[in-house]
Amino acid sequence: MAKSEQERIVITGIGLTAPNGNCLAEYRHSLLHGVSGVQKCERRYFGEALAGLCDFDATRHQKRKEIRIGTRAGSISIYCAHEALADAGLDIAALDVSRLGVFLGITEHGNVETENEIFEISKYNYDTKFWTHHHNPRTVANNPAGEVTVNMGISGPHYTIGAACAAGNLGLVTGAQQLLLGEVDVALAGGVSESPATFGIFAAFASQNALASHPDPTKASRPFDRDRNGIVVSEGGSVFVLERLDRALARGAKIYGELAGWCYNSDATDMVLPNSERQAQCMRQAIARAGLTPADITIVSTHATGTHAGDIKECEALREVFGDNCPDTYYNNTKSFIGHCMGAAAALELAGNLPAFTDGIVHSTINVDNLDPECALPNLVLNEPRHVPQVKAILNNSFGMVGINCVTVITNPNLS
Amino acid sequence: MTRDQIHAALIEIVSDIAPDEDWTALTMDEPLKGRLDSMDFLDVVMELRKRYGVEVKEADYGKLGTMQSCIDFLESMLADK
Repeated sequence: MAKSEQERIVITGIGLTAPNGNCLAEYRHSLLHGVSGVQKCERRYFGEALAGLCDFDATRHQKRKEIRIGTRAGSISIYCAHEALADAGLDIAALDVSRLGVFLGITEHGNVETENEIFEISKYNYDTKFWTHHHNPRTVANNPAGEVTVNMGISGPHYTIGAACAAGNLGLVTGAQQLLLGEVDVALAGGVSESPATFGIFAAFASQNALASHPDPTKASRPFDRDRNGIVVSEGGSVFVLERLDRALARGAKIYGELAGWCYNSDATDMVLPNSERQAQCMRQAIARAGLTPADITIVSTHATGTHAGDIKECEALREVFGDNCPDTYYNNTKSFIGHCMGAAAALELAGNLPAFTDGIVHSTINVDNLDPECALPNLVLNEPRHVPQVKAILNNSFGMVGINCVTVITNPNLS
Repeated sequence: MTRDQIHAALIEIVSDIAPDEDWTALTMDEPLKGRLDSMDFLDVVMELRKRYGVEVKEADYGKLGTMQSCIDFLESMLADK
């Protein structure tokens, strides 16, 4: 049965910061011109690391005191939320803020603050009377979303969704669900990451032999390449304005795409090794729920992070779902440009592909000098973008640690 | 520290805590709670602890109401700093 306009969820605004762009236009330009955002940085105890770092101006929407007492994730969230609402043509002063919600996916939160405070009190012989009173509000898991509500005066619901590397998609799904439940009329939904501000994440991936290295930082993130050697940790954020279709149409909103289907499930097998069978199930269900078949998907935004096993598992799942009978399905990877933006990853990767609905270009996967045969897929777009006649739908993959999977399907609003 | 030095040190602390405020306009008798909230006051107490090794007991927080009262209260505690 066809959904009513009240049951259809659309994206009407995008606000983002990525290592290679601080708005959709800049970010998309970087993706179409092979611009990475990965650079060297120094981390306490760890030393030199490679990371995708953002350079958005936090003072655009925050006073300096707010930046000081809050968190990096909070700053990223606030920046993206403001930019998203402005992009949607919505003036918060004219909105019923009790009907506006904030739903942000995160991989983790609190590690930056805790590492910093332990280092701070180490200067005072670990005397805890030097531990900051700001620690608790900085480390509660809802902090990134909460800071948005405090900054913007939003009295509707807010929370974060802890979903590892699938969090950016699950933030989007949560926003859609809150709209369908009638809890809110406008949802600010997406994902954020402050992960590279810790040393622990670098040390942990290094201990796991999963941290990427390369003499050229911009070439370190190399999903599908034969010589890939791990993950580049990155920060960023992407917040979407989501509305029910009837409301969006009534106010003449610009519509980037429709969140036509989704699925989330669990591998239930291993803490780190992905399960391609569960990933395939997740993709097939998302596509079916969108009322589509695999052949209807024009762009598959792959999750692939640059780990040897993970990239292969996803390709196995993709072959099971799409096989050789989807001649108009193209595959790309955004992490090759910006690294792994953790909680923001899926949201940023979707945002970078949405302009394809209007410009008909599938951005590439960079840094594939020698394709790993186990990652070969028909129509894998490598190193140069590809023009296609029409982009009907985007499948956005995200698979996270402890076996959490979330796949979203976004359809072209110009075709439906 | 002299009274002038204590004044300068406190201005430096509050400027770090609330950098968006124009502290040059602060008068000696102006209530600081017009510019600093309760968490900010705890930051002042923490910075006095960290920078000068001074402990301000909770019972004495009321003595930090204005710049004048701060200097009066801290003068003896910072005399040898």
